[in-house]
Amino acid sequence: MSGPRHVVGIDLGTTHTALAAAPVDDEAAAAAVERIAQLVTTTTVEERPLLPSCVYFAHETEAALAIPWDRTRRHAVGEYARSRGAEAPQRVVASAKSWLSHQGIDRRADLLPLGAPPDVEKISPVQATWHYLDHLAESWGTRHPGAPLAEQEIVITVPASFDAAARDLTVEAAYAAGLENTSLLEEPQAALYAWIATHGTDWRKHLSVGDVILVVDLGGGTTDFSAIAVREEDGSLELRRIAVGDHILLGGDNMDLALAHLVSRKLAAEGTELDRWQLTALTHGCRNAKEKLLAQPDLGSVPVVVPGRGSQLLDGARRSELTRAEVEAALIEGFFPRVAATARPGGRQRAALTQLGLPYAADAGITRHLAAFLTRQAAAAAELGAPAGTLLRPTHVLFNGGVTKAPAFRDRLLAILNDWLANDGAPPVKVLPGEDPDLAVARGAAYFALVRRGRGLRIRGGTARAYYVGIESPMPAVPGMETPVNALCVAAFGVEEGSPAEILPQELCAVVGESVRFRFFASSVRRADRAGTELERWGADELEELAPIEVTLPAEGRTDGDLVPVHLASSVTAIGTLLLEAVPLEPAKPDERWKVELGVRGDTEEV
Amino acid sequence: MLAAVTAPVPFSTRLWLAWVAYFRILFDGAFAARVLAAREGNLQPLQTPPPERPRTPAPTPLPEGPDPTAALVLLGLLQREGRLVDFLKQDITTFGDAEVGAAARVVHEGCRRALHGHIEMVPVRSEPEGEPVTLEAGFDPTSAKLTGAVGGSAPYRGVLRHRGWRAEQVSLPRPVGTGDATILAPAEVEL
Repeated sequence: MSGPRHVVGIDLGTTHTALAAAPVDDEAAAAAVERIAQLVTTTTVEERPLLPSCVYFAHETEAALAIPWDRTRRHAVGEYARSRGAEAPQRVVASAKSWLSHQGIDRRADLLPLGAPPDVEKISPVQATWHYLDHLAESWGTRHPGAPLAEQEIVITVPASFDAAARDLTVEAAYAAGLENTSLLEEPQAALYAWIATHGTDWRKHLSVGDVILVVDLGGGTTDFSAIAVREEDGSLELRRIAVGDHILLGGDNMDLALAHLVSRKLAAEGTELDRWQLTALTHGCRNAKEKLLAQPDLGSVPVVVPGRGSQLLDGARRSELTRAEVEAALIEGFFPRVAATARPGGRQRAALTQLGLPYAADAGITRHLAAFLTRQAAAAAELGAPAGTLLRPTHVLFNGGVTKAPAFRDRLLAILNDWLANDGAPPVKVLPGEDPDLAVARGAAYFALVRRGRGLRIRGGTARAYYVGIESPMPAVPGMETPVNALCVAAFGVEEGSPAEILPQELCAVVGESVRFRFFASSVRRADRAGTELERWGADELEELAPIEVTLPAEGRTDGDLVPVHLASSVTAIGTLLLEAVPLEPAKPDERWKVELGVRGDTEEV
Repeated sequence: MLAAVTAPVPFSTRLWLAWVAYFRILFDGAFAARVLAAREGNLQPLQTPPPERPRTPAPTPLPEGPDPTAALVLLGLLQREGRLVDFLKQDITTFGDAEVGAAARVVHEGCRRALHGHIEMVPVRSEPEGEPVTLEAGFDPTSAKLTGAVGGSAPYRGVLRHRGWRAEQVSLPRPVGTGDATILAPAEVEL
């Protein structure tokens, strides 16, 4: 093996996966999107730029789901799996990525598809991710014989809001698929890399020191905000990711569903009840109607037709329509409400959009989530010398994700954002013209791999959060009161990949032969805490509790049940994951340290 | 035919035939010649034999049709995405225009998407329809067709009535496995 021949960017999306590649030895080459071979029916294969992130498990009565590289396969990844989602939903895994970042479940447990019949061998969110990557590797193999994907240099993108455990699990899935030369990149950064790649050295004409770019990523299933600042470092421009938002399960699919429910209510008022199949057909129809109404401002309404299910197309066909007013009320007012910068997402009122298990956003108001992000991160640009305001003030906006293709949504979001900025005494934002928002992330990820090899500008980021271990403080228990917990910072905000490990001065106790759990927290706003800082109290929304971490100390000559004092050591690996280790004060063998498992099992919620 | 001539004819018919033949022999020379020949036992067929065909080489069979699999795959695709087969197979005469129109939207929407996704099509001519165009000598007669007062010689000046379509790129789904391509849409049984 003579080193990788290609750099490959993989956008592992909630709803779709894309892959872009560039040869490493061609200075002039740009990253190109690679088409992915996939089953589209039981008997036909197509190469498409997007691979729906779905797996379908065939029933015993079905013929093998033959794919050119495996004629006996019993499962399918991609378009056919997606289409079966409407027909046999209990055999289809979808949205595995949302499960991968779900705090409340054991993410290595075999729980997908939810509610699968007994003959389906369930898989974990990690295995589902492995299936997608494995499929990419197989499809790649047909196009690049002699240069298997496992031998290439791979960058997989994750949401900036993915916590340390979700990043770990993504890498675990990549390793399981044989992709060992893998590193991670945050999606909003990848989108900005794609923009830089298109503009070459011209990007400096658009941006100058002190600018803050707000990346608004509105995908099929998730909404993600990041802020990236332009700084000067040693006399040259540098980009630094200064803030990331929360993981919000809200996206374009919610919009289509909202419209489908609207139309089905209208049909119900006329006495027509739709079954699940018809509701799916209606959702497709609503998506098309939405795209037309949003793209053509002079259209007043678009008919939506639910065809008859049987071979008699016209029998039982139901016709309704979506008007401009309805779409604007449901989507623009519903998802982009005109709110003040002080607005916050509403509480737990679960609408018809939710599905058992996944923690979908309770509030569909994307602008409320954005207001919360900008005000929470008001101080994020302080170190750049930006004047302090009541909110983080972006100077530029980069849109990414399929939802942002609609000018109506972009314009509305910009209008509201500019209102907030004007109220705060800041100038309006400029829009960085993006590329195809469905494919930019994969292309940007491949470009990042080239950048890392020394071609072009690198965005510096480091950890998007500071991480804390909960330590019970030595106080007598008071009945009816929870034992107070101190938060010990184990990894500071903004620690860069590959930095040397930091060993904390505090001693913790591990029990030999048992696994000991610690509560685990993260903060996306406490920038000043260093590893070793111990907090006795903190602001209500400063720290977010994550799934607990777990240390298991094998005996190595010690007696089971013994208490062993350990130090925690933290580092950020070169691939971009957080590594926590327990280092015994009295090692039983030289260089003894034990990996701390991040958020492997949540307080298992019934799913 | 021969049997009809040799079978005995009943007397009443013979009487009628003698009467008719009497006058026809008198006034129709050709008929008289044939009757004379028949009387001398030298019967000729009534019609003149067809002219001998010019000799042709052994007949060329029609060229083989294309492999039907591709057509079936395309039809299956249009049915899956746009219910085209359902639409064409249904008798729509009793439905109102509104119902047919509603169904046509489903078919149009889906088939259009399928077509766009699999066949890249461009007009053959870029001029707007209704504009005068000139076809120079040696134009490709498969990509442009002359209509109206077809005659004369190049250059041909006329009006563009239809721009034509050319499939630039075709990427049909590829069949895999042992599936039966003749199944355009499987029956659906809901459990």
